[in-house]
Amino acid sequence: MKRVHAIPGFGLTLGITVAYLSVIVLIPLSTIFFKTAAIGIHEFFAVVAAPRTLAACRLSFFAATIAAIINSAFGVAVAWTLVRYDFPMRGAIDAMVDLPFALPTSVAGIILTALYAGNGWIGRWLTPFGVKVAFAPAGVVVALTFVGLPFVVRTLQPVLEDLDPELEEAAATLGASRLQAFTRVTLPALLPAILAGFTLAFARAIGEYGSVVFISGNLPMRTEVLPLLIMSKLEQFDYAGAAAIAMVTLLISAVLLFAANVLQRWSARRLTA
Amino acid sequence: MSIEIRNLRKIFGGFVALDNIDLAIKEGELVALLGLSGSGKTTLLRIIAGLEAPDAGSIHFRGADAGSLSVRDRRIGFVFQHYALFRHMTVFENVAFGLRVQPRGSRPSESAIRAKVHELLRMVQLDFMAHRYPSQLSGGQRQRVALARTLAIEPRILLLDEPFGSLDARVRQELRRWLRRLHRQLGITCVFVTHDQDEALELADRVVVMNAGRIEQIGSPEDVYHHPANAFVASFLGNVNLFHGRIEDGRVYLGNTSLEVGAANGSVASASGRAMLYVRPHLLEIDRVSAGPGSFPATVKSVNAAGPQVRIELVAEWGDPVSVDLGHDRFTTLELAPGAKVFLSPKENRVFVYEA
Repeated sequence: MKRVHAIPGFGLTLGITVAYLSVIVLIPLSTIFFKTAAIGIHEFFAVVAAPRTLAACRLSFFAATIAAIINSAFGVAVAWTLVRYDFPMRGAIDAMVDLPFALPTSVAGIILTALYAGNGWIGRWLTPFGVKVAFAPAGVVVALTFVGLPFVVRTLQPVLEDLDPELEEAAATLGASRLQAFTRVTLPALLPAILAGFTLAFARAIGEYGSVVFISGNLPMRTEVLPLLIMSKLEQFDYAGAAAIAMVTLLISAVLLFAANVLQRWSARRLTA
Repeated sequence: MSIEIRNLRKIFGGFVALDNIDLAIKEGELVALLGLSGSGKTTLLRIIAGLEAPDAGSIHFRGADAGSLSVRDRRIGFVFQHYALFRHMTVFENVAFGLRVQPRGSRPSESAIRAKVHELLRMVQLDFMAHRYPSQLSGGQRQRVALARTLAIEPRILLLDEPFGSLDARVRQELRRWLRRLHRQLGITCVFVTHDQDEALELADRVVVMNAGRIEQIGSPEDVYHHPANAFVASFLGNVNLFHGRIEDGRVYLGNTSLEVGAANGSVASASGRAMLYVRPHLLEIDRVSAGPGSFPATVKSVNAAGPQVRIELVAEWGDPVSVDLGHDRFTTLELAPGAKVFLSPKENRVFVYEA
């Protein structure tokens, strides 16, 4: 069926879209596959299944998941406060959410390391309890939480602004407590946006290098994440090995993002069908 | 449950939304709050529900002060203008919501909830839609789901905010009749807000006419229509012709015409000063020749014969526009066309003096 559009130009915009995505995303990423193909299948598995790679893989996905979960929970609270209440300095706090976007992540990494090191401002209070953040897996989570914060908040804000306060009022007139109104009415309406924010924060965390490199200490098998492992392979001129790990990372990320997308669509479909 | 509102006042940042509201609603009554948008009618409804707190005054339910009762403890059903259905729940779950959130002690069993929800859905004729989502329903069906959801908690009072506002004319008619029947069946105290005078006059036992945060008149539909308390009510309810003139010695002077102040006006007849004269379009007699001192000349401007009555727009001798409604028979006999010179004689009028 041919539809008439008020603004023509489908051919042109599609052309731009495809060309742009090819140059920016597709061609660079496809070289990963060519590089990987340069080594044999046996060598590929030797690199990918190496204990050091597996440990890095586990830490990367585990820390990214934890950070995304933390950001989802607190992101809801931050977005809620910024949308629902009017208070002095709201604009300043709202702007602060974007700081992790703007700050060079290496700066963030150095600051966080200084704070959480055994003698740092925060670290010194944790040391007596035997809690080690900097140069430990927990440090990776802290860094990834920092860089992922804006994603959940910025995804949720417009959705919360659109959410009709009448829904909560309706719940209250029907006898629901505040907690019931939130968990049964508000939260389900926000779920697709929370999932979208979670996905973005997670994807960002998987690729994060700059802040983690400082706070993690890069101990192989303990605090080394995938991007760091790739970097150290490159430093040893092992380009094929780096490409192999990159490819595995890419594939796992793609599968997880796809799953999150399906979940998000499924939860959004009921709201808009 | 009866409602008694005394001296209610509500201010939104300098804007007086409600002022000096006194209203008593009897048990089982169906009351309409009628007014333009911004008249405070929705605010009043929300205060009764507890969704808004008054700045002064009190509300009593069946004689007991409700000031400290929270929304959920009031057990007042509220149907929102845009229904506020929970979009992520099926029709069934929407209706079951009020039952499911009850504290464990008083919550009905799953089978009791099931039975009750289906009974309510049958009542609103939507049982076959139980597993649909609100987004799959039409406006009228959503409205009925919202009503069923509200009735599930067996509310002591039912409040409806512009219940038929966003529906098309036919569905609105149907739902009006249906609500009237439902109200008779359940005998529950109902208050609804509307800006549609026909809706208020057709449905309500009593109409509360509101304007700019105040109550202008409270009365039965016949009362407010035939005996408007003031100029606002007269012009707001039903179509009306409004003429500005002077009142003196029991007569209103309009251009070269003077009309006798009608008997229904009482003591106004003895006043003098600037006055407004109201005549409803169906209370104007139209003739080819002058019918005596009570009639005035006018010129036909346009004719609209599509409807149960013929609506004729004219210009009075002194320049004011006039509308007249008359039956098709009479219209055919008179053979009226634009440009025709005729005489109008009011059968009844209402006069309000606004400057003595």
